[in-house]
Amino acid sequence: MTVGGEAYLILAALLFTIGAVGLMIRRNVLVMFMCVELMLNAVNLTFVTFARMLNDIGGQAVVFFVLVVAAAEVVVGLGIIVAIFRRRSGATADDLHLLKG
Amino acid sequence: MMLAQTANQGQLRIPVEYSAVLPVLALIGGALVLLTWSSLTRHRRAGGYALVTVVSGAVALGGAWRLWNRIGDHGPIRAMADAVVIDGFAVFFMVVISIAVVLAALVGDAYLRREDLEGPEFHVLLLLSASGGMLMATANDLIVLFLGLEILSIALYVLAGFHGRRQQSYEAAMKYFVLGAFSSALLLYGIALVYGSTGSTNLATIATYLAGNVAVDNGLMLAGMVLLLVGLGFKVAAVPFHMWTPDVYQGSPTPVTGFMAAAAKAAGFAGLLRVFVSTFDTLKLDWQPIIAVLAVATLLVGSVLAVVQTDIKRMLAYSSISHAGYVLVGLQAASKRGIAGALFYLLAYTFMVLGSFAIVTVVARRGDADHDLESYRGLARNRPALALAFTVLLMAQAGIPFTTGFLAKFYVIAAAVDSGSYVLATIAMLAAVIAAFFYLRVILVMYAPAAEGDEPLVRLPVPRTVGLALVVTVAFTVAVGLLPGPVIDFARHATLIF
Repeated sequence: MTVGGEAYLILAALLFTIGAVGLMIRRNVLVMFMCVELMLNAVNLTFVTFARMLNDIGGQAVVFFVLVVAAAEVVVGLGIIVAIFRRRSGATADDLHLLKG
Repeated sequence: MMLAQTANQGQLRIPVEYSAVLPVLALIGGALVLLTWSSLTRHRRAGGYALVTVVSGAVALGGAWRLWNRIGDHGPIRAMADAVVIDGFAVFFMVVISIAVVLAALVGDAYLRREDLEGPEFHVLLLLSASGGMLMATANDLIVLFLGLEILSIALYVLAGFHGRRQQSYEAAMKYFVLGAFSSALLLYGIALVYGSTGSTNLATIATYLAGNVAVDNGLMLAGMVLLLVGLGFKVAAVPFHMWTPDVYQGSPTPVTGFMAAAAKAAGFAGLLRVFVSTFDTLKLDWQPIIAVLAVATLLVGSVLAVVQTDIKRMLAYSSISHAGYVLVGLQAASKRGIAGALFYLLAYTFMVLGSFAIVTVVARRGDADHDLESYRGLARNRPALALAFTVLLMAQAGIPFTTGFLAKFYVIAAAVDSGSYVLATIAMLAAVIAAFFYLRVILVMYAPAAEGDEPLVRLPVPRTVGLALVVTVAFTVAVGLLPGPVIDFARHATLIF
């Protein structure tokens, strides 16, 4: 049985939506972080599917760039999270309330 | 087999034209020099680090000048397998970003010394972030645009959280990071959808495809376009994607805020202008109304909310949102005049906003905490020259005649009238009137007479580097405001490749 490209595109769109919604409704910073990763990997799946449908290697090459960027983002993001929450017990976004007005 | 054959014929050799990206290389080179130097020596020399940064920025500026002449003689340069294009437009942004680097390094040096943060990190991150911004302006491929955006942003996330002893600084970094990562993911999904519907990520190929194929059902393409707009809209702080701006501007170290407002906004608009005006030109009828709505929302929300702020950094953040609205007005016109107006606006704004944040840096005193409007009461008696400089820069932002701010607003509104967007032009002028109110309020506070029982004034220290940055920004704002000819010519000739 073969699965058409559209199925992968729909799956990727679903994963992307789960990531986007999760980022907006979850309060734990680490989970928000995982949601960003989910969104980026959904995009990777979209790229690979399109590359396969278009028979073009370019879309697959893009995935490597995205992986590298995602890794760099993880490093910086975790660094910031550790710096903030070193002095606290939990890691919820609600603790960030110094800036408002 | 095929690969081996073509390799034998030398077909796989991709020439790398280093001379075409000289300004970007100058910034990256400066960052590497700083890292190597600081790790080889034991003593920290804050002045030396700042000097290297300023020199790198100046070399980048010189490189941009050489490229400008080369383009004038031989036309735009396509380099790196057509992934990068150096046209007048790209060179204009190289100039804007180089200037932002030099001014931010001058102000940043004074800030780092005052806060005991002397080290090369600030300058290294500043240079790397700026190199990403330049890359965005030269991008001829959506993936290069994405990479440039990430290089710009990731360095800025760290810079926002740079002041380790201020909890607000970390909080700003966290908020900027989460929303920045979210917007990059949206942008990337937009790129994927555009790739899926056109078969390429190269901007020239996409434009050719869109011109040659009239799609009956181009939902995928439109969805991709909207996601690209949202992703870049976050970076330039267009309403409704502006929620992060006040918090991040307030929490970040003040020189970083200035750089963010100048360079990150310019780079974001470089991406928007190139992708929408040149690549998506054939879809103009689809995106122009969306940009018009964004521009109206950005202008009104920015101006109205700035009025109720009591924190000067939040006020300048909302004012930067309303300035983004004016650039969007230029983008919406989608004409040569509109682009020239937007470019002139971004250059003028770079000087105005970096000068303003230089003064905010000085007034905040040690600890970077005095940002309340009340801290400015009596500034004219304490430091008359500083108050005068702030007055000029704020009046320019309000759009008072004989300053660059007035001309910038005039050019974008004229472009909107030219293209028949009368309603948009009227709203832009209305927003300027509302905005004038809060700039004038700060000026009134500065020149308020002494009240009974005021504490004796402690004279504010103004470091020499900040003084230099202020002289440059005020001189540009006034001189170009009086004689705009050469600069507006520069903006008019900074055209896109197609």
